[in-house]
Amino acid sequence: MPDRPPRTPTSTTSDLVVVGAGIVGAACAYHATRVGLSVTVVDSGPITGGTTGAGEGNILLSDKEPGPELDLALLSNRQWRSLADLPLDGTTFGRAVELETKGGLVVATGPAALAGLTRLAAQQRELGVEAIAVPGDRLPDFEPHLTDDVAGGYRYPQDMQVQPMLAAAHLLRLARRAGATVLTHEPVTGLLRDGERVTGVRTPRRDIPAGAVLNAAGTWAGEIAALAGVRVPVAPRRGYILVTEPLPPIIRHKVYLADYVADVASDSAALQTSTVVEGTGAGTVLIGASRERVGFDRTISLPALRQLAAGAVRLFPVLRDVAVIRAYRGFRPYCPDHLPVIGPDRRAPGLHHACGHEGAGIGLSLGTARLVAQSLIGEPPEIDLHPFRPDRFGPEVPR
Amino acid sequence: MSRPHEFEILFDGTPLPCRDGWTIGAALTAAGVRSWRTTRHGQRPRGLFCGIGICFDCLVTVNGQPSLRACLVPANPGDDVRTQEGTAR
Repeated sequence: MPDRPPRTPTSTTSDLVVVGAGIVGAACAYHATRVGLSVTVVDSGPITGGTTGAGEGNILLSDKEPGPELDLALLSNRQWRSLADLPLDGTTFGRAVELETKGGLVVATGPAALAGLTRLAAQQRELGVEAIAVPGDRLPDFEPHLTDDVAGGYRYPQDMQVQPMLAAAHLLRLARRAGATVLTHEPVTGLLRDGERVTGVRTPRRDIPAGAVLNAAGTWAGEIAALAGVRVPVAPRRGYILVTEPLPPIIRHKVYLADYVADVASDSAALQTSTVVEGTGAGTVLIGASRERVGFDRTISLPALRQLAAGAVRLFPVLRDVAVIRAYRGFRPYCPDHLPVIGPDRRAPGLHHACGHEGAGIGLSLGTARLVAQSLIGEPPEIDLHPFRPDRFGPEVPR
Repeated sequence: MSRPHEFEILFDGTPLPCRDGWTIGAALTAAGVRSWRTTRHGQRPRGLFCGIGICFDCLVTVNGQPSLRACLVPANPGDDVRTQEGTAR
Protein backbone atom coordinates (compact mmCIF):
# COMPACT_ATOMS: atom_id res chain seq x y z
CA MET A 1 0.00 0.00 0.00
CA PRO A 2 1.55 3.35 -1.00
CA ASP A 3 2.45 5.85 1.68
CA ARG A 4 -0.05 8.63 2.02
CA PRO A 5 0.77 12.02 3.50
CA PRO A 6 -0.70 12.52 6.96
CA ARG A 7 -3.95 14.42 6.82
CA THR A 8 -4.62 17.19 9.27
CA PRO A 9 -8.21 16.71 10.30
CA THR A 10 -10.35 19.82 10.10
CA SER A 11 -12.44 20.14 13.19
CA THR A 12 -15.28 22.05 11.61
CA THR A 13 -16.90 22.27 8.23
CA SER A 14 -16.69 25.69 6.62
CA ASP A 15 -19.76 27.19 5.03
CA LEU A 16 -17.50 28.23 2.16
CA VAL A 17 -14.07 27.25 0.87
CA VAL A 18 -12.59 29.89 -1.42
CA VAL A 19 -9.97 28.54 -3.83
CA GLY A 20 -7.62 31.42 -4.62
CA ALA A 21 -6.08 34.16 -2.48
CA GLY A 22 -5.95 36.86 -5.12
CA ILE A 23 -8.09 39.95 -5.10
CA VAL A 24 -11.28 38.12 -6.15
CA GLY A 25 -10.88 35.35 -3.57
CA ALA A 26 -10.02 37.93 -0.90
CA ALA A 27 -13.04 40.10 -1.73
CA CYS A 28 -15.34 37.06 -1.76
CA ALA A 29 -13.97 35.86 1.58
CA TYR A 30 -14.56 39.32 3.04
CA HIS A 31 -18.13 39.61 1.73
CA ALA A 32 -18.96 36.04 2.76
CA THR A 33 -17.91 36.72 6.36
CA ARG A 34 -19.99 39.91 6.24
CA VAL A 35 -23.13 37.86 5.56
CA GLY A 36 -22.26 35.51 8.42
CA LEU A 37 -20.63 32.60 6.62
CA SER A 38 -17.65 30.70 8.02
CA VAL A 39 -14.87 30.80 5.42
CA THR A 40 -11.62 29.01 4.61
CA VAL A 41 -9.38 30.43 1.86
CA VAL A 42 -6.83 28.11 0.26
CA ASP A 43 -4.17 28.93 -2.34
CA SER A 44 -1.44 26.89 -3.99
CA GLY A 45 1.04 29.75 -3.47
CA PRO A 46 1.26 32.91 -1.38
CA ILE A 47 -1.48 35.51 -1.29
CA THR A 48 -1.61 37.61 -4.49
CA GLY A 49 0.93 35.30 -6.10
CA GLY A 50 -0.85 35.20 -9.46
CA THR A 51 -2.40 37.94 -11.55
CA THR A 52 -3.26 40.24 -8.62
CA GLY A 53 0.43 40.71 -7.95
CA ALA A 54 1.16 41.65 -11.55
CA GLY A 55 -1.35 44.33 -12.44
CA GLU A 56 -1.81 48.08 -12.26
CA GLY A 57 -4.73 48.27 -9.84
CA ASN A 58 -7.36 49.65 -12.16
CA ILE A 59 -10.84 50.47 -10.93
CA LEU A 60 -12.27 51.74 -14.20
CA LEU A 61 -15.60 52.67 -15.69
CA SER A 62 -14.13 54.55 -18.67
CA ASP A 63 -13.04 51.46 -20.61
CA LYS A 64 -16.33 49.55 -20.22
CA GLU A 65 -18.80 49.44 -23.08
CA PRO A 66 -22.51 49.28 -22.16
CA GLY A 67 -23.48 45.77 -21.09
CA PRO A 68 -23.17 43.38 -18.14
CA GLU A 69 -19.53 44.24 -17.45
CA LEU A 70 -20.35 47.95 -17.10
CA ASP A 71 -23.23 47.08 -14.76
CA LEU A 72 -20.78 45.08 -12.63
CA ALA A 73 -18.19 47.87 -12.81
CA LEU A 74 -20.73 50.43 -11.56
CA LEU A 75 -21.70 48.18 -8.65
CA SER A 76 -18.02 47.60 -7.85
CA ASN A 77 -17.17 51.30 -8.06
CA ARG A 78 -19.82 52.04 -5.41
CA GLN A 79 -18.43 49.22 -3.23
CA TRP A 80 -14.86 50.56 -3.41
CA ARG A 81 -16.10 54.04 -2.50
CA SER A 82 -18.04 52.89 0.54
CA LEU A 83 -15.22 50.60 1.73
CA ALA A 84 -12.70 53.45 1.34
CA ASP A 85 -14.06 55.20 4.44
CA LEU A 86 -14.02 52.09 6.66
CA PRO A 87 -11.87 52.81 9.74
CA LEU A 88 -8.89 50.46 9.85
CA ASP A 89 -6.21 50.49 12.56
CA GLY A 90 -6.03 54.23 12.99
CA THR A 91 -6.42 55.00 9.30
CA THR A 92 -9.01 54.11 6.68
CA PHE A 93 -9.24 51.15 4.34
CA GLY A 94 -8.82 53.55 1.41
CA ARG A 95 -5.58 55.03 2.71
CA ALA A 96 -4.24 51.63 3.77
CA VAL A 97 -4.64 50.27 0.23
CA GLU A 98 -3.46 53.46 -1.55
CA LEU A 99 -6.89 53.98 -3.10
CA GLU A 100 -6.65 57.11 -5.23
CA THR A 101 -9.82 58.73 -6.53
CA LYS A 102 -7.85 60.58 -9.16
CA GLY A 103 -10.03 59.96 -12.20
CA GLY A 104 -9.20 58.85 -15.71
CA LEU A 105 -8.42 60.88 -18.79
CA VAL A 106 -8.99 59.24 -22.17
CA VAL A 107 -7.43 61.09 -25.11
CA ALA A 108 -7.89 60.74 -28.84
CA THR A 109 -5.13 61.53 -31.33
CA GLY A 110 -7.36 62.19 -34.35
CA PRO A 111 -10.90 63.12 -35.32
CA ALA A 112 -11.97 59.50 -36.00
CA ALA A 113 -10.84 58.29 -32.59
CA LEU A 114 -12.45 61.32 -30.97
CA ALA A 115 -15.77 60.60 -32.71
CA GLY A 116 -15.67 57.00 -31.44
CA LEU A 117 -14.82 58.15 -27.93
CA THR A 118 -17.64 60.72 -28.00
CA ARG A 119 -20.14 58.01 -29.04
CA LEU A 120 -18.97 55.69 -26.25
CA ALA A 121 -19.09 58.47 -23.65
CA ALA A 122 -22.68 59.34 -24.62
CA GLN A 123 -23.77 55.71 -24.13
CA GLN A 124 -21.91 55.44 -20.83
CA ARG A 125 -23.45 58.66 -19.51
CA GLU A 126 -26.96 57.27 -20.00
CA LEU A 127 -26.00 54.46 -17.60
CA GLY A 128 -24.65 56.69 -14.84
CA VAL A 129 -21.00 57.08 -15.82
CA GLU A 130 -19.62 60.59 -15.43
CA ALA A 131 -17.82 61.50 -18.68
CA ILE A 132 -16.84 65.10 -19.26
CA ALA A 133 -15.62 66.30 -22.68
CA VAL A 134 -12.29 68.16 -22.67
CA PRO A 135 -11.38 70.02 -25.87
CA GLY A 136 -7.81 69.58 -27.08
CA ASP A 137 -6.73 73.06 -26.06
CA ARG A 138 -8.00 72.53 -22.50
CA LEU A 139 -6.20 69.21 -21.90
CA PRO A 140 -3.07 70.93 -20.47
CA ASP A 141 -5.26 72.24 -17.63
CA PHE A 142 -5.65 68.63 -16.52
CA GLU A 143 -2.33 67.13 -17.65
CA PRO A 144 0.32 69.83 -18.11
CA HIS A 145 2.90 67.42 -19.55
CA LEU A 146 0.61 65.80 -22.12
CA THR A 147 1.65 66.07 -25.77
CA ASP A 148 -0.22 68.79 -27.67
CA ASP A 149 -0.68 66.36 -30.56
CA VAL A 150 -4.15 65.29 -29.39
CA ALA A 151 -7.58 66.13 -30.75
CA GLY A 152 -9.43 66.03 -27.44
CA GLY A 153 -10.50 63.75 -24.67
CA TYR A 154 -12.89 62.84 -21.88
CA ARG A 155 -12.44 62.98 -18.15
CA TYR A 156 -13.87 60.12 -16.07
CA PRO A 157 -13.85 61.34 -12.45
CA GLN A 158 -15.11 57.99 -11.08
CA ASP A 159 -12.05 56.05 -12.30
CA MET A 160 -9.75 55.05 -9.44
CA GLN A 161 -6.51 53.27 -8.75
CA VAL A 162 -5.52 50.97 -5.90
CA GLN A 163 -2.41 49.02 -4.85
CA PRO A 164 -3.85 45.56 -5.60
CA MET A 165 -1.64 43.49 -3.32
CA LEU A 166 -2.37 45.76 -0.36
CA ALA A 167 -6.08 45.63 -1.18
CA ALA A 168 -6.16 41.82 -1.27
CA ALA A 169 -4.06 41.53 1.89
CA HIS A 170 -6.29 43.91 3.84
CA LEU A 171 -9.48 42.23 2.62
CA LEU A 172 -8.08 38.88 3.79
CA ARG A 173 -7.11 40.48 7.09
CA LEU A 174 -10.65 41.77 7.59
CA ALA A 175 -12.01 38.33 6.71
CA ARG A 176 -9.66 36.67 9.21
CA ARG A 177 -10.73 39.07 11.94
CA ALA A 178 -14.26 37.89 11.23
CA GLY A 179 -13.14 34.29 11.76
CA ALA A 180 -11.91 33.20 8.33
CA THR A 181 -8.92 30.86 7.96
CA VAL A 182 -6.34 31.47 5.21
CA LEU A 183 -4.16 28.54 4.08
CA THR A 184 -1.31 29.33 1.69
CA HIS A 185 1.10 27.09 -0.23
CA GLU A 186 -1.52 24.37 -0.20
CA PRO A 187 -2.74 23.39 -3.66
CA VAL A 188 -6.23 22.01 -4.17
CA THR A 189 -5.65 18.61 -5.72
CA GLY A 190 -9.19 17.29 -5.70
CA LEU A 191 -12.77 17.99 -4.75
CA LEU A 192 -14.78 16.11 -2.15
CA ARG A 193 -17.97 14.76 -3.70
CA ASP A 194 -21.24 13.37 -2.47
CA GLY A 195 -22.69 12.02 -5.69
CA GLU A 196 -22.80 14.97 -8.08
CA ARG A 197 -22.50 17.42 -5.25
CA VAL A 198 -19.22 19.19 -4.45
CA THR A 199 -18.77 19.04 -0.66
CA GLY A 200 -15.27 20.42 -0.10
CA VAL A 201 -11.69 20.36 -1.31
CA ARG A 202 -8.71 18.09 -0.85
CA THR A 203 -5.14 19.31 -0.47
CA PRO A 204 -1.95 17.31 0.13
CA ARG A 205 -2.33 18.18 3.82
CA ARG A 206 -6.02 17.81 4.58
CA ASP A 207 -9.59 17.49 3.47
CA ILE A 208 -11.65 20.64 3.96
CA PRO A 209 -15.37 19.86 3.96
CA ALA A 210 -17.60 22.79 3.08
CA GLY A 211 -21.14 23.75 2.29
CA ALA A 212 -19.94 25.39 -0.91
CA VAL A 213 -16.71 25.70 -2.88
CA LEU A 214 -15.89 28.93 -4.71
CA ASN A 215 -13.49 28.77 -7.65
CA ALA A 216 -11.60 32.08 -7.50
CA ALA A 217 -8.43 30.69 -9.04
CA GLY A 218 -8.10 33.43 -11.65
CA THR A 219 -6.09 32.42 -14.70
CA TRP A 220 -5.86 28.89 -13.29
CA ALA A 221 -9.63 28.57 -12.71
CA GLY A 222 -10.04 26.15 -15.61
CA GLU A 223 -7.95 23.59 -13.71
CA ILE A 224 -10.15 23.82 -10.62
CA ALA A 225 -13.27 23.52 -12.79
CA ALA A 226 -11.77 20.45 -14.47
CA LEU A 227 -11.47 18.76 -11.04
CA ALA A 228 -15.26 18.89 -11.01
CA GLY A 229 -15.43 17.66 -14.61
CA VAL A 230 -16.80 20.95 -15.90
CA ARG A 231 -15.37 23.30 -18.50
CA VAL A 232 -14.63 26.94 -17.72
CA PRO A 233 -12.40 28.12 -20.59
CA VAL A 234 -10.21 30.71 -18.86
CA ALA A 235 -6.95 31.26 -20.77
CA PRO A 236 -3.90 33.45 -20.05
CA ARG A 237 -3.54 36.78 -21.88
CA ARG A 238 -0.05 38.11 -21.19
CA GLY A 239 0.62 41.75 -20.40
CA TYR A 240 3.75 43.74 -19.56
CA ILE A 241 4.09 46.85 -17.43
CA LEU A 242 7.08 49.16 -17.30
CA VAL A 243 7.96 50.90 -14.03
CA THR A 244 9.90 54.16 -14.10
CA GLU A 245 12.19 55.59 -11.47
CA PRO A 246 10.25 57.57 -8.83
CA LEU A 247 9.29 61.04 -10.01
CA PRO A 248 7.56 64.03 -8.49
CA PRO A 249 3.81 64.00 -9.25
CA ILE A 250 3.82 64.93 -12.95
CA ILE A 251 0.99 62.69 -14.17
CA ARG A 252 -2.25 63.34 -12.37
CA HIS A 253 -4.76 60.93 -13.88
CA LYS A 254 -4.79 57.51 -15.36
CA VAL A 255 -4.22 58.63 -18.95
CA TYR A 256 -4.75 56.40 -21.93
CA LEU A 257 -5.38 56.51 -25.65
CA ALA A 258 -8.90 55.86 -26.88
CA ASP A 259 -7.77 52.82 -28.87
CA TYR A 260 -7.21 50.96 -25.58
CA VAL A 261 -10.92 50.15 -25.40
CA ALA A 262 -10.85 48.55 -28.85
CA ASP A 263 -7.71 46.54 -27.97
CA VAL A 264 -9.27 45.19 -24.78
CA ALA A 265 -12.33 44.06 -26.75
CA SER A 266 -10.29 42.46 -29.52
CA ASP A 267 -9.98 38.69 -29.94
CA SER A 268 -6.59 38.75 -31.62
CA ALA A 269 -3.87 36.52 -30.22
CA ALA A 270 -1.08 38.69 -31.66
CA LEU A 271 0.79 41.36 -29.70
CA GLN A 272 -1.17 44.57 -29.25
CA THR A 273 -0.09 47.57 -27.26
CA SER A 274 -2.13 50.63 -26.39
CA THR A 275 -0.71 53.42 -24.34
CA VAL A 276 -1.73 53.68 -20.68
CA VAL A 277 0.28 55.92 -18.31
CA GLU A 278 -0.27 56.70 -14.64
CA GLY A 279 1.61 57.82 -11.58
CA THR A 280 1.53 55.98 -8.25
CA GLY A 281 1.66 57.04 -4.63
CA ALA A 282 5.24 55.77 -4.47
CA GLY A 283 6.31 58.14 -7.26
CA THR A 284 6.94 55.51 -9.92
CA VAL A 285 5.02 55.82 -13.19
CA LEU A 286 3.39 52.67 -14.57
CA ILE A 287 3.32 52.23 -18.34
CA GLY A 288 1.08 49.69 -20.08
CA ALA A 289 -0.63 48.00 -21.69
CA SER A 290 0.21 45.04 -23.88
CA ARG A 291 -1.85 41.97 -24.58
CA GLU A 292 -0.98 38.75 -26.36
CA ARG A 293 -2.06 35.15 -26.07
CA VAL A 294 1.09 33.03 -25.75
CA GLY A 295 0.15 30.65 -22.95
CA PHE A 296 2.07 30.97 -19.68
CA ASP A 297 5.32 32.06 -21.38
CA ARG A 298 7.14 34.17 -18.77
CA THR A 299 10.04 35.31 -20.98
CA ILE A 300 10.50 39.03 -21.51
CA SER A 301 9.64 40.26 -24.99
CA LEU A 302 11.80 43.23 -25.96
CA PRO A 303 9.51 44.30 -28.86
CA ALA A 304 6.58 44.56 -26.44
CA LEU A 305 8.62 46.64 -23.96
CA ARG A 306 9.87 48.91 -26.76
CA GLN A 307 6.34 49.54 -28.01
CA LEU A 308 5.16 50.41 -24.50
CA ALA A 309 8.02 52.84 -23.91
CA ALA A 310 7.61 54.51 -27.30
CA GLY A 311 3.87 54.94 -26.75
CA ALA A 312 4.39 56.52 -23.34
CA VAL A 313 6.99 58.98 -24.65
CA ARG A 314 4.65 59.94 -27.50
CA LEU A 315 1.90 60.74 -24.97
CA PHE A 316 4.18 62.34 -22.35
CA PRO A 317 7.40 63.64 -24.01
CA VAL A 318 8.75 64.47 -20.52
CA LEU A 319 9.26 60.72 -19.98
CA ARG A 320 11.94 60.57 -22.71
CA ASP A 321 14.81 61.07 -20.24
CA VAL A 322 13.30 59.06 -17.41
CA ALA A 323 14.76 55.66 -16.55
CA VAL A 324 12.69 52.48 -16.50
CA ILE A 325 13.78 50.56 -13.42
CA ARG A 326 11.92 47.34 -14.08
CA ALA A 327 9.31 45.57 -16.14
CA TYR A 328 6.97 42.85 -15.04
CA ARG A 329 4.44 40.61 -16.66
CA GLY A 330 1.21 38.96 -15.68
CA PHE A 331 -1.39 36.66 -17.15
CA ARG A 332 -4.90 38.05 -17.35
CA PRO A 333 -7.65 35.45 -16.95
CA TYR A 334 -9.21 35.71 -20.40
CA CYS A 335 -12.63 34.34 -21.34
CA PRO A 336 -13.62 34.08 -25.03
CA ASP A 337 -16.53 36.52 -24.59
CA HIS A 338 -14.57 38.91 -22.32
CA LEU A 339 -17.04 38.46 -19.45
CA PRO A 340 -16.22 36.97 -16.06
CA VAL A 341 -17.72 33.73 -14.78
CA ILE A 342 -19.81 34.34 -11.67
CA GLY A 343 -22.29 32.24 -9.76
CA PRO A 344 -23.37 28.66 -9.01
CA ASP A 345 -22.51 25.93 -11.52
CA ARG A 346 -25.61 23.82 -12.10
CA ARG A 347 -23.44 21.12 -13.68
CA ALA A 348 -21.74 20.56 -10.30
CA PRO A 349 -24.02 21.56 -7.40
CA GLY A 350 -22.08 23.11 -4.53
CA LEU A 351 -19.44 24.57 -6.89
CA HIS A 352 -19.54 28.32 -7.53
CA HIS A 353 -17.25 30.45 -9.67
CA ALA A 354 -15.83 33.96 -9.48
CA CYS A 355 -13.13 34.07 -12.14
CA GLY A 356 -12.22 35.13 -15.68
CA HIS A 357 -12.22 38.90 -15.12
CA GLU A 358 -9.41 39.39 -17.67
CA GLY A 359 -7.66 42.71 -16.99
CA ALA A 360 -10.43 44.15 -14.84
CA GLY A 361 -10.38 41.83 -11.84
CA ILE A 362 -9.10 44.34 -9.32
CA GLY A 363 -11.88 46.80 -10.05
CA LEU A 364 -14.60 44.18 -10.49
CA SER A 365 -13.65 42.11 -7.42
CA LEU A 366 -15.85 43.83 -4.84
CA GLY A 367 -19.01 43.84 -6.96
CA THR A 368 -18.37 40.22 -7.90
CA ALA A 369 -17.96 39.36 -4.22
CA ARG A 370 -21.24 41.03 -3.32
CA LEU A 371 -23.09 39.04 -6.00
CA VAL A 372 -21.44 35.80 -4.85
CA ALA A 373 -22.37 36.44 -1.22
CA GLN A 374 -25.97 37.26 -2.13
CA SER A 375 -26.19 34.13 -4.25
CA LEU A 376 -24.68 31.95 -1.49
CA ILE A 377 -27.24 32.98 1.11
CA GLY A 378 -30.15 32.67 -1.32
CA GLU A 379 -30.84 36.37 -1.82
CA PRO A 380 -31.53 37.57 -5.35
CA PRO A 381 -28.24 39.06 -6.65
CA GLU A 382 -28.66 42.74 -7.41
CA ILE A 383 -27.33 42.18 -10.95
CA ASP A 384 -28.70 39.37 -13.12
CA LEU A 385 -26.05 36.62 -13.15
CA HIS A 386 -27.31 35.09 -16.43
CA PRO A 387 -24.67 36.77 -18.67
CA PHE A 388 -21.95 35.47 -16.31
CA ARG A 389 -23.26 31.89 -15.99
CA PRO A 390 -20.54 29.21 -15.92
CA ASP A 391 -22.14 26.86 -18.46
CA ARG A 392 -22.46 29.39 -21.27
CA PHE A 393 -19.38 28.15 -23.14
CA GLY A 394 -20.56 24.74 -24.27
CA PRO A 395 -19.98 21.10 -23.45
CA GLU A 396 -18.22 19.61 -20.47
CA VAL A 397 -14.70 18.32 -20.63
CA PRO A 398 -14.84 14.75 -21.97
CA ARG A 399 -13.86 12.42 -19.18
CA MET B 1 45.82 60.30 -23.94
CA SER B 2 45.76 57.86 -21.07
CA ARG B 3 43.58 58.34 -18.02
CA PRO B 4 45.30 59.03 -14.72
CA HIS B 5 45.28 55.98 -12.47
CA GLU B 6 44.41 58.09 -9.46
CA PHE B 7 42.24 61.19 -9.54
CA GLU B 8 39.62 63.10 -7.58
CA ILE B 9 35.89 63.46 -7.77
CA LEU B 10 33.80 66.06 -5.95
CA PHE B 11 31.17 65.08 -3.40
CA ASP B 12 29.00 68.06 -2.50
CA GLY B 13 32.02 70.22 -3.37
CA THR B 14 34.58 68.24 -1.33
CA PRO B 15 37.34 66.39 -3.25
CA LEU B 16 37.43 62.62 -2.67
CA PRO B 17 40.23 60.30 -3.86
CA CYS B 18 39.30 57.83 -6.57
CA ARG B 19 40.94 55.25 -8.79
CA ASP B 20 40.35 54.22 -12.36
CA GLY B 21 37.78 51.43 -12.51
CA TRP B 22 35.90 52.45 -9.41
CA THR B 23 32.25 53.27 -9.42
CA ILE B 24 30.89 56.41 -7.77
CA GLY B 25 29.55 54.15 -5.02
CA ALA B 26 33.00 52.60 -4.49
CA ALA B 27 34.64 56.03 -4.19
CA LEU B 28 32.05 57.24 -1.69
CA THR B 29 32.34 54.05 0.35
CA ALA B 30 36.17 54.18 0.31
CA ALA B 31 35.97 57.72 1.67
CA GLY B 32 33.70 56.57 4.49
CA VAL B 33 30.54 58.12 3.10
CA ARG B 34 27.63 55.83 3.98
CA SER B 35 24.63 57.76 2.68
CA TRP B 36 24.12 60.19 -0.20
CA ARG B 37 20.40 60.30 -0.68
CA THR B 38 17.28 60.92 1.40
CA THR B 39 13.99 59.15 0.83
CA ARG B 40 11.07 60.92 -0.81
CA HIS B 41 8.65 60.69 2.08
CA GLY B 42 10.49 60.26 5.40
CA GLN B 43 13.76 62.00 4.41
CA ARG B 44 15.63 58.97 5.72
CA PRO B 45 19.28 58.35 4.68
CA ARG B 46 20.11 55.87 1.92
CA GLY B 47 23.32 54.54 0.39
CA LEU B 48 24.50 51.20 -0.98
CA PHE B 49 22.15 48.33 -0.29
CA CYS B 50 22.42 45.60 -2.91
CA GLY B 51 25.48 47.09 -4.61
CA ILE B 52 24.69 45.32 -7.89
CA GLY B 53 22.17 47.57 -9.63
CA ILE B 54 18.96 45.86 -8.59
CA CYS B 55 17.52 47.78 -5.65
CA PHE B 56 17.78 51.43 -6.77
CA ASP B 57 18.50 52.49 -3.18
CA CYS B 58 21.87 54.18 -3.95
CA LEU B 59 20.52 56.87 -6.32
CA VAL B 60 22.71 59.92 -6.64
CA THR B 61 23.01 63.02 -8.83
CA VAL B 62 26.14 63.02 -11.04
CA ASN B 63 27.07 66.02 -13.20
CA GLY B 64 23.51 67.31 -12.91
CA GLN B 65 21.82 64.06 -13.90
CA PRO B 66 19.59 62.78 -11.06
CA SER B 67 18.71 59.26 -9.94
CA LEU B 68 21.78 57.39 -11.22
CA ARG B 69 22.76 54.21 -9.44
CA ALA B 70 26.02 54.97 -7.64
CA CYS B 71 26.90 51.28 -7.64
CA LEU B 72 26.92 51.11 -11.45
CA VAL B 73 28.18 54.50 -12.67
CA PRO B 74 31.96 54.50 -13.36
CA ALA B 75 33.75 57.45 -11.76
CA ASN B 76 35.57 59.88 -14.03
CA PRO B 77 38.05 62.59 -13.07
CA GLY B 78 36.31 65.69 -11.77
CA ASP B 79 32.83 64.15 -11.56
CA ASP B 80 30.49 66.46 -9.66
CA VAL B 81 28.57 64.14 -7.33
CA ARG B 82 25.75 65.63 -5.28
CA THR B 83 23.62 64.37 -2.42
CA GLN B 84 20.14 63.74 -3.74
CA GLU B 85 17.04 64.76 -1.84
CA GLY B 86 13.93 62.85 -2.86
CA THR B 87 13.57 62.56 -6.62
CA ALA B 88 15.86 65.59 -7.19
CA ARG B 89 13.52 66.75 -9.94
